[in-house]
Amino acid sequence: MRPGSMILVLEQLLNGLQYGVMLFLLAAGLTLIFGIMGVINLAHGSLFMVGAYAGTLVAGATGNFWLGIPVALVAAGATGLAVEALVIRRLYARDHLDQVLATFGLILIFNQIITLTVGRQPVFVAIPESLAAPVELLPGLFYPPYRLLIIAAGLLVALGLYLLINRTRIGMLVRAGATNRDMVRALGVDIRLLYTVVFGLGALLAGFAGYVSGPISAVQVGMGEQILLSTFVVVVVGGVGSIKGACVAGILLGVVDTMLRAFLPGLLRGVMPASEADALGIGIASMGIYLLMALVLLIRPKGLFAAGG
Amino acid sequence: MPSPDARNLARRIGLAVLVVALLAVPMFADSSSLSLVTRILIYSIAAASLNFVLGYGGMISLGHAAFFGIGGYVVGMLFVHHADATPLMGFIPGSNQLLVTVPAAVVVSGLLALIIGALSLRTGGVQFIMITLAFAQMIFFFFVSLKAYGGEDGIIVRRTNEFLGLNMRDRVTLYYVMLGFWAVFMLALWRVVHSSFGTVLRGMKQNERRMAALGYAPYRYKLYAFVLSGMGAGLSGALMANFLRFASPDMLHWTKSAALMTMVILGGVGSFLGPIWGTAAYLVLETWLAAQTEYWQLWLGLILLAVVLGTRGGINAGMARLAALMMRGRG
Repeated sequence: MRPGSMILVLEQLLNGLQYGVMLFLLAAGLTLIFGIMGVINLAHGSLFMVGAYAGTLVAGATGNFWLGIPVALVAAGATGLAVEALVIRRLYARDHLDQVLATFGLILIFNQIITLTVGRQPVFVAIPESLAAPVELLPGLFYPPYRLLIIAAGLLVALGLYLLINRTRIGMLVRAGATNRDMVRALGVDIRLLYTVVFGLGALLAGFAGYVSGPISAVQVGMGEQILLSTFVVVVVGGVGSIKGACVAGILLGVVDTMLRAFLPGLLRGVMPASEADALGIGIASMGIYLLMALVLLIRPKGLFAAGG
Repeated sequence: MPSPDARNLARRIGLAVLVVALLAVPMFADSSSLSLVTRILIYSIAAASLNFVLGYGGMISLGHAAFFGIGGYVVGMLFVHHADATPLMGFIPGSNQLLVTVPAAVVVSGLLALIIGALSLRTGGVQFIMITLAFAQMIFFFFVSLKAYGGEDGIIVRRTNEFLGLNMRDRVTLYYVMLGFWAVFMLALWRVVHSSFGTVLRGMKQNERRMAALGYAPYRYKLYAFVLSGMGAGLSGALMANFLRFASPDMLHWTKSAALMTMVILGGVGSFLGPIWGTAAYLVLETWLAAQTEYWQLWLGLILLAVVLGTRGGINAGMARLAALMMRGRG
């Protein structure tokens, strides 16, 4: 392999890692919400969007990128708590069908509220200049430090979650809840409070992911659904309720998706006209993660690291 | 729970009103409401098909747009090859005959449902919801990337397929043709639902383990039901492509699956007439809201939320309760 193409591969690997970390941030919350509360929350992507919009608008108005982070966290967290109290709480005892539909309704509502208040045009935030200029990681490999920072932040969150889940009392309850919800309730734990904490935590992670991914992909209405479907794939592949699964599957799928998108059209160009190769390559690359999920589920119907029985 | 008598009465009233109204629609409907009713008929075939697996079989499929869309694409692709006079994949001649394209669409979507169902039914619960969604997304992305058939833009079917020499450009004729297909489908579905197969399927939903103990293999029965349901959705898609003279990736998008599910829920899961009322309610609401405000989806979302959180059993159960009230008032 020529050194040039090696660098390209490394660069795309880093891009994949960054996307995977993003997916993990969303999937961690979603997998806990599903694993512990038994609720399919299609509106998780909306929290991602709310965080992105709130942070980006404030950062744009003040010119301070860092100010956007707490704003995104607060906005997504508050929205998450409101959604939990008003809607999700009524869905615990319902079947999956009602949950899918009610949270689908939430998606429509959130998208329209954003369209009404902000408009259809995407909004942007500039990355701080110190993070925008590529740095040389290896000889010839230049990479924007902003993406490195996202990867680092994501891995840090993963570590934090690991400690939270495995070393604290809340984490113990969360693990117990993911394994056997009814037993935890029977032991006298205030399960409602636990649900609220878990949902709030998921909302915070989603809001954070939304804001930091803003400068990389556009902040626009519908951004939530796009990433939501990929996130669901991560949750299901990783095993519902498993943080470890979300982490492994997130990074795996992020890398696979990015590599396919980057290199498949080029490979196909060898066997067909360029314009068709590009379209087909992107198409198959988009199918990639779904195909991978189908394969995993066929071999392990509960996912890679299924929690509980 | 309403009494069987009341439910029977509600069903009979519903059916009688439906038949008379459907036959008379073109006499007093203007062209836009005629088009609305035609769309209701076509979509209700897909909704009823989804209800067959969802309501009777307990399989929550979030991927029925795949079958709906494939049905539409079969019509579209056959038309393209008919217009170009080139064979599809080198050996299948194109066609613009409704009696060829619709059965072809039903067979293709049935085969697709066989493949997707055979794989998906190995899982259950949330994994089933997600894997059906995943397969539908795969089909969606496949057609988006298929430049030969319009890619993102889809296929324009310049003329509605020919059928028994009728003038299919006439919207009233087209309405009665669609009504005919609809009636045949609903009768067939009625027979299936009330056959022993339908009974076994409902048994599976209530208690799969007990049915297995009685000697019915759940996987096989569920797969049959899934294939039948996929064929129904394909029929609906094929008719829709003929009605709109257009087949596009939009038909395959996952929000279409969610919309079909919404229609089923609005009307009432697991009741025969429910999906029909639900489809009508959904499309009337959508059309009306869209005429009122650009932000109609906001209201649709709120209504959806209210229906799911506030009611159990949808329109059909509501009508049965009403009928029960009337009975009580008389006695």
